[in-house]
Amino acid sequence: MALNLRLFQKTSDLENKVDSFFIKLAEASVIYRLAIRNYLKEGLSKEYTTHFEKVCDIETNADTLRSEIKLAIYSEMLIPDSRGDVLGLIETADEVFSLMKTSLWAFSIEAPVIDEELVPGYRKLTNMVVKAVDELATGAQVFFQSPHLVSSYLAKINLYEKEADKLSTNLKKQIFSSKMELALKLHLREFVDRIDSIADHAEDVADRLTIYAIKRQS
Amino acid sequence: MAIDPLVLVFLSSGLFLGWALGANDAANVFGTAVGTKMVSWQTAAIICSICVLLGAVFSGAGPTETLGKLGAISALPGAFMTALSAGFSVFIMTKGGLPVSTSQAIVGAIIGWNFFSQKPTDTTILLKILSTWILCPLMAGIIAVLIVQLIKFISRRVAIHMTTLDAIKRIALIVAGGLGAYALGANNIANVVGVFIPVQPFPTLGLGNFTISSAQQLLLLGGLSIGLGVFTYSRKVMDTVGSQLGSLSATTALIAVISHSIVLFMFASRGLETFLLNLGLPTIPLVPVSSSQAVVGAIIGISILRGVASINWAVLGKILIGWVLAPAVAFIICFIGLFFLQNVFALRVV
Repeated sequence: MALNLRLFQKTSDLENKVDSFFIKLAEASVIYRLAIRNYLKEGLSKEYTTHFEKVCDIETNADTLRSEIKLAIYSEMLIPDSRGDVLGLIETADEVFSLMKTSLWAFSIEAPVIDEELVPGYRKLTNMVVKAVDELATGAQVFFQSPHLVSSYLAKINLYEKEADKLSTNLKKQIFSSKMELALKLHLREFVDRIDSIADHAEDVADRLTIYAIKRQS
Repeated sequence: MAIDPLVLVFLSSGLFLGWALGANDAANVFGTAVGTKMVSWQTAAIICSICVLLGAVFSGAGPTETLGKLGAISALPGAFMTALSAGFSVFIMTKGGLPVSTSQAIVGAIIGWNFFSQKPTDTTILLKILSTWILCPLMAGIIAVLIVQLIKFISRRVAIHMTTLDAIKRIALIVAGGLGAYALGANNIANVVGVFIPVQPFPTLGLGNFTISSAQQLLLLGGLSIGLGVFTYSRKVMDTVGSQLGSLSATTALIAVISHSIVLFMFASRGLETFLLNLGLPTIPLVPVSSSQAVVGAIIGISILRGVASINWAVLGKILIGWVLAPAVAFIICFIGLFFLQNVFALRVV
């Protein structure tokens, strides 16, 4: 009985860590949106720096959780038949944190000058990207409990990613049709790509999740 | 009263069969759990040995009696050769890569003894046993399909986190393995000591108010030999089964073990027999059945549910060949062996 309780304690700890990891992903995406909105409104403000630091802290915590999950799975021999999938999911999802962090990092260092008429485009793109990440965080949590329900979340991620691609294309067209200097155009395009790549990566994680969910249902 | 040392020599063939059974069939019960690292080998070996012994002593009498009725071997050298030829045929066919059942080999060997001693084979009992060779994998398959559907039904309604599910699966594998080992001991102990029961090689032991009959001592000894097989040689086989069945998920393995345990228990339980009799229903014969075939039946059942294409027909063909060859080879070896024992060594085999 003691053995069983210890086993349940270990799995319960792992469960909490996995859930926390994806809750942090959702949290990071919300703060990312706030940070970009803030930048578009006020440029490099104190508030932006606070949001940026928060995302960095969340990323560090997520990294710690990732290491702890990895250690628990291997040292305690937990979920042997799904450990590869779970670690693959966590590792690739971790990359989403990194992309959000490096994107904010670039804003804080390079401080791109965004013309007023481009602001709505950047805002829409960020909203769409954050929606995809948010859906990924929820979908991943659902995957651990009810893999048969994951497909609707994955469909939404794909949809948001496609929308983000459309928005980024339109924004790039808008940038390159303006009368700005080419260097500035290229600079702004890079930030469009940075934001859009978060949704692209969220879709990659979703693709993995699709396969894992099929495997768990079979 | 001292036991004749020759008795132990003659019993050695049965005990060898028990050792081989423990080494091989424990893998059917705990192999995938150990191979997939869900349960450690030490845990599996301890639980398996204890449960096999308990099953052999407390529920092993039913199938043993049925086997005794198929051929009432009256002399110890005859029983020795019957068990030895079954063990030898299992050895030959295993070397040849054919999946083989100890239960079927021992039936072939007993019929070989009947032929040699010119005693009639009870056709009713024989038909009863033969029917179980089809019934056993069939029932295991049906039970496996029902369990799969039940699990699907539950998993669609109850959301359990993957990690909690993992803990539940581990505990279920241990419990199912324990039950499987009990069922294995109860059902297959007949293969190990069944042919020695009519000979009654041991005097009844008196321990205060308790007496331990020759049959009970044999069941205990057979159970111990199976346990010894589990501890000394099953690790290798369990690892092999685990890696061979690598494509099986822990859930599939669990379903296969549960179905196997239920079927073996059904073919060994006197309680179930009485219960069915009281209800006026046809009973399930108490016959030693093949644990390997029960597992194979369960896996085929699960495969059919996923689509007939996932069945490995070559493996199935091999199993069917083993079905026919195992008793035939044991029959021939037993007949020839008895001839030698009687005519070359001048031993009384009938």
